[in-house]
Amino acid sequence: MDAFTKLTGIAAPLPMANVDTDKIIPARFLKTIARTGLGKSLFANLRYNEDGSENPDFVLNQEPYRRAEVLIAHENFGCGSSREHAPWALLDFGIRCVIAPDFADIFHNNSFKNGILPVRLPRAVCDQLMEDARMGENARITIDLERQVVVRPNGEEIPFEIDPLRRHLLLNGLDDIGQTMQRAPVIDGFEAKQRAAQPWLYR
Amino acid sequence: MSATKPRTLYDKIFDAHLVETLPDGTALLYIDRHLVHEVTSPQAFEGLRMARRPVRRLDGTMAVVDHNIATDASRYTGIDDPESRVQVETLERNVAEFNVPYIPLTDARQGIVHVIGPEQGLSLPGMTIVCGDSHTSTHGALGALAFGIGTSEVEHVLATQTLLQKRAKNMRVTVEGELPAGCTAKDIVLAVIGRIGTAGGNGHVIEFAGSTIRALDMAGRFSICNMSIEAGARAGMIAPDQTTFDYVRGRPYAPQGEAFDHAVEWWSTLPTDEGAAFDKEVFLDAAEIVPMVSWGTSPEDVLPITAAVPDPEAASDEARRAQLRRMVEYMGLTPGQKLTDLKVDVVFIGSCTNSRIEDMRAAAAIARGKRVAEGVRAMVVPGSGLVKQQAEQEGLDAVFKEAGFEWREAGCSMCLGMNPDKLKPGQRCASTSNRNFEGRQGPGGRTHLCSPAMAAAAAVTGRLTDVREIAQGKH
Repeated sequence: MDAFTKLTGIAAPLPMANVDTDKIIPARFLKTIARTGLGKSLFANLRYNEDGSENPDFVLNQEPYRRAEVLIAHENFGCGSSREHAPWALLDFGIRCVIAPDFADIFHNNSFKNGILPVRLPRAVCDQLMEDARMGENARITIDLERQVVVRPNGEEIPFEIDPLRRHLLLNGLDDIGQTMQRAPVIDGFEAKQRAAQPWLYR
Repeated sequence: MSATKPRTLYDKIFDAHLVETLPDGTALLYIDRHLVHEVTSPQAFEGLRMARRPVRRLDGTMAVVDHNIATDASRYTGIDDPESRVQVETLERNVAEFNVPYIPLTDARQGIVHVIGPEQGLSLPGMTIVCGDSHTSTHGALGALAFGIGTSEVEHVLATQTLLQKRAKNMRVTVEGELPAGCTAKDIVLAVIGRIGTAGGNGHVIEFAGSTIRALDMAGRFSICNMSIEAGARAGMIAPDQTTFDYVRGRPYAPQGEAFDHAVEWWSTLPTDEGAAFDKEVFLDAAEIVPMVSWGTSPEDVLPITAAVPDPEAASDEARRAQLRRMVEYMGLTPGQKLTDLKVDVVFIGSCTNSRIEDMRAAAAIARGKRVAEGVRAMVVPGSGLVKQQAEQEGLDAVFKEAGFEWREAGCSMCLGMNPDKLKPGQRCASTSNRNFEGRQGPGGRTHLCSPAMAAAAAVTGRLTDVREIAQGKH
């Protein structure tokens, strides 16, 4: 996983609530056995017409948002299925940060595991950032994870909250499986105790 | 933690599986059962292979195929779609390489992962259960802590049998009273989601409680916990009781004999203690529940079947108005139109929400002696090979076939549009599944979520129908 420290880039406004993971990547694109290559299917039903041509009204088909690295949306982003293909598709497209008033729990988790930073900010702030984003090329936004601030194009800094462990893993690009593996003796101990108390859980 | 402090069902199972608490408060949680399917596992096995890590608990893991497969006879002669085929073959290669127990397509026990887990006794009360699928919340109906995870977490569990978790908040939804005629568990959960919204349970685990819930059979309880995720809650739970124990007894992977009695002793200590605190409480009066149907493209957009399509312009803020306009347009509706005037093209009875034998019986009771309306395609997809067998022993397949329904093989089918069973653009479907998102059942497809009896009623009248009118012989 790539570390996330500080990002300055173009932000795409997506003024929608309840952006579900079927919208982010429809199920017919989940048939891959790789993590990469899903960017072209990101928001497929919104991004492409039935004949496969681009829908010019969709933000990611417009300049400069084809190069967006930040997405700004409304409430409950990422609701629905547990598919990690949703953050994989965002990442493959080039999105490294999503800003929204809140996120569905599983998507929120999955983002961190893939080096995508989900930032929770109040609805009014998201709306303000969306207005900034509509200025396109002239509205680069900075997300500084080290300092926990979003910097608007006018230089105003907006602080955000983040879980300290997740911040640490993201800043360092750490894989948490390796860390948990180091706790193997503690897990062994738990299993021995559980096996004695509830032997039916072991076969 | 003091031993005397009253705890919730969730707290008790969480505490019993706490391996250790990390310095920042994150819990390392032990996972008893890991269910694996073909869509969300290939990249996890690939990760293990790259890091040369084995699967830690083969006896705690079970794999099955369900999402990609066809639900007609063609599935036995190979999968047509090359990508689907690769995904299924990849799972088969992975389970062989890592020695993971596997129920293959040709096995009578094959079916939807959330149907076969409980059916085989792989899912038990008091367990922590995960699967790379958000509808893992289903298994919470047994009084287990069950939730969906992403592929990175699938890999984490395969390698370590644990997960890093933050403790969720406790929410309780209490439903009291007798459920009115024509209403089912599905109507309860749709009413709950309509009330609290699709983000209402975010950050929480929902315990469903009250006399109405206690009176439900296990199939109904599974339907309710299944859709907890549609209210934003990763897990739904129901306290284990005699109904639960009777369901579990004798299942292949359940403890047998003395071990079963010993297990029941422990399971009986799990229900929420008197006086335990909940962060959020919601109360519903069962008497107020009516047969429900979704009209929009989010599971919170549900209405009683007696209602009409809402007017987007009546919403209070512009963002919501824009959202409702989009839904009305996508769903091909006119504000003010009665829901019972909506003609359906397809009826889908199945999915991890409603494909158990009780669901088959409820649908068959409506279909018996009737005909599927002209121009309607109606399909019944049992949740597992064993549900199918039992339905056939009861003659339900004949009821469906005589009425013009398709009687199909077990799988996820038309719930999610990643196998041959899909809606065509513009088609309207009465569906017993769980999500009415845009394009969920196929690009451009229009989904109306409802109970099995309501779906069967729509099949025979050709439009969304109040099932209570069928029962009264009006159709």
